[in-house]
Amino acid sequence: MRFNRRTVLATGAAALTAPMVHAAGHGKPRVVVIGGGAGGATAARYIAKDSDGAIDVTLIEPTRKYYTCFFSNLYIGGFKEIDEIGHTYGKLASDYGINVIHDWAVGIDRDAKTVRLTGGQDIPYDRLVVSPGIDFVEGSVPGWDLSAQNTMPHAYKGGSQTQLLRAQIEAMPEGGRFIMVAPPNPYRCPPGPYERVSMVAWQLSRNNPTAKILVVDPKESFSKQALFEEGWQTHYGGMVERIGPDFGGQNVSVDAAAMTVDVDGSIEEGDVINVIPAMKAGQIAQDAGLTEGNWAPVNPTDMTSKMDENIHVLGDATSQGDMPKSGFSANSQAKVASNAIRGALTDARVFPAKYANTCWSLIAENDGVKVGATYEPTDEKIAKVDGFVSQTGEDAALRKATYEESEGWYAGITSDMFG
Amino acid sequence: MRRAALFVCAAAAGLAQAAAAQTLGDAEAGAARFDQCAGCHVIGPDAENGIGPHLNDLFGRPAASVAGFRYSRAFQRAGAKGLEWHADTLSAFLENPRQIVPGTRMSFRGIADAQERADLIAYLRDFSASPADIPEADPTAQPTDHDLDPAILAIQGDPEYGEYLSGECTSCHSREGSDDGIPSIVFWPEDDFVVAMHAYKAGLRKHPVMEMIAGRLNDEEIAALAAYFADPDG
Ligand SMILES: Cc1cc2nc3c(=O)[nH]c(=O)nc-3n(C[C@H](O)[C@H](O)[C@H](O)COP(=O)(O)OP(=O)(O)OC[C@H]3O[C@@H](n4cnc5c(N)ncnc54)[C@H](O)[C@@H]3O)c2cc1C
Repeated sequence: MRFNRRTVLATGAAALTAPMVHAAGHGKPRVVVIGGGAGGATAARYIAKDSDGAIDVTLIEPTRKYYTCFFSNLYIGGFKEIDEIGHTYGKLASDYGINVIHDWAVGIDRDAKTVRLTGGQDIPYDRLVVSPGIDFVEGSVPGWDLSAQNTMPHAYKGGSQTQLLRAQIEAMPEGGRFIMVAPPNPYRCPPGPYERVSMVAWQLSRNNPTAKILVVDPKESFSKQALFEEGWQTHYGGMVERIGPDFGGQNVSVDAAAMTVDVDGSIEEGDVINVIPAMKAGQIAQDAGLTEGNWAPVNPTDMTSKMDENIHVLGDATSQGDMPKSGFSANSQAKVASNAIRGALTDARVFPAKYANTCWSLIAENDGVKVGATYEPTDEKIAKVDGFVSQTGEDAALRKATYEESEGWYAGITSDMFG
Repeated sequence: MRRAALFVCAAAAGLAQAAAAQTLGDAEAGAARFDQCAGCHVIGPDAENGIGPHLNDLFGRPAASVAGFRYSRAFQRAGAKGLEWHADTLSAFLENPRQIVPGTRMSFRGIADAQERADLIAYLRDFSASPADIPEADPTAQPTDHDLDPAILAIQGDPEYGEYLSGECTSCHSREGSDDGIPSIVFWPEDDFVVAMHAYKAGLRKHPVMEMIAGRLNDEEIAALAAYFADPDG
């Protein structure tokens, strides 16, 4: 007799009670996840949830509370408070049985298949998920390094940096100037810097309406450009100025002591200077030899590292093709990887990879826009196959509905990550 | 009656090609092919218009829209009528320029080989915005109709049952795999077959006969046909 869907369903219950596992000479198969962000938390939760206890899942994440970068611009604009964008790992431990270790992974021994923690312990794995997000490329903005981040915040990792930037903006002198040094491609959240400009403008137009915003940008063009520029004009006419590469936006250095930005030889003074440097994969990915250039290349069908078939790299740290570096993308990639991992370690069925992304941005109160696409693996890369983007000139009702959709998405993705 | 049926089936041939699994071109091979274009077109950093317009940021832009280039009347008309450059329109244009823009001044015979066109297009694509940096940028691949419940794709079809059912198909489609006027349906990967049939069933792929035939097949029957046609001699 042939196997069809009905027989699969009928035997499903038996399969659940006695799952077949493929662990190498020890009890349950073990998955270790490095990084409890959009990629890592989702992967840990899906593997634990869908394997029903058949796989041992350990999540290594140094912070006890994860502050999302998504919606951090809304916090800067005053639409959210910090507690609304912070999430703990309690449910992943209590409801899903995940072993959550609050520590840094400081090394990966790929031959021994272990992860080293700060305290020196080695955690063994059968499969490893690496989703450490980004770090900054040293020297990409001359004059700026991590020691300058408390003077010139990047606010491109969540939490204290975001709070610092908002506090600085609130303390700006009347008629002062906010300068953003925008990052070169590729970087996390393509519309992120421009949503931030919108939210800073919103905040200033209410509390400090004669203040000015200068964006210095090494890029010719950026995501949702027409939408942002239209919005800046209608909501904040004259407040925002942008210098692109044609006028020296790619030739920039800063002086943190003097609070100045040198744009192609012309010295600009700022009261708040937000430097978003060039980015690369989180350091641990580099240290483990998973990167090529600044990013970790992965196979498009299952997010396995091109350097190591027992390691899946997710999210911002990867180079995979056409997907933008976003929380939505990381979450989508995590589900594909989780399915592949369950397939490799138990007898779970593996389905074809499908990926998607949507990024919402808020331009002003109730003025939301979005861009989204679907992606499929090809031999070379994850390729974009279809997509949509909000249009200029949309009416207020549609923009409001788009914003409300983003609220729904935020609630959805955070419970998809943290339970 | 018979003739009418043949006519609609013939129209499906084009659709079948469009739905065949996507192969992306090889940009490196395409770079070599660009020699044929380089006499008139420049591409890359600082490219300017020459005899033909520069080809940076070509994808997603309307035909005849590069500032400062004097286009032929034919191209201006095509642009005004809404021709935009995407992988599919470029492929059609490069296959036979005069058929897509009659009266173009571009003196180029065209590239008959689909793979050569795909390679060239992959090369050109590298000089337009990437969706990784600008998510709304033009797609780099065509979708396959994969929006199907994985449970349906996972059904193991019964090839014996499929052979029985196949009688209905082979009234039009050759069991030997000839594709004269009517596309071949033998030796398809099972998933592609199932996806295509469900797309007809859902009206996502348009073809009156195929929509009708697929419409009355259930999931198991489609799986059975897929299993049979994947290896009709087996
Ligand atoms: C201002 C801004 C706005 C954004 N808005 C959106 C948006 O609206 N929508 C959207 O989809 N995306 C948005 N993003 C992007 C999104 O935040 C990231 O793409 C997403 O967080 C990437 O997920 P990740 O898992 O790769 O990394 P992260 O979410 O950054 O998670 C990485 C985790 O790994 C941990 N870690 C790092 N190194 C180690 C180590 N050695 N050991 C253990 N743990 C480690 C870190 O502590 C961190 O918690 C925005 C980003 C910014 C900056």
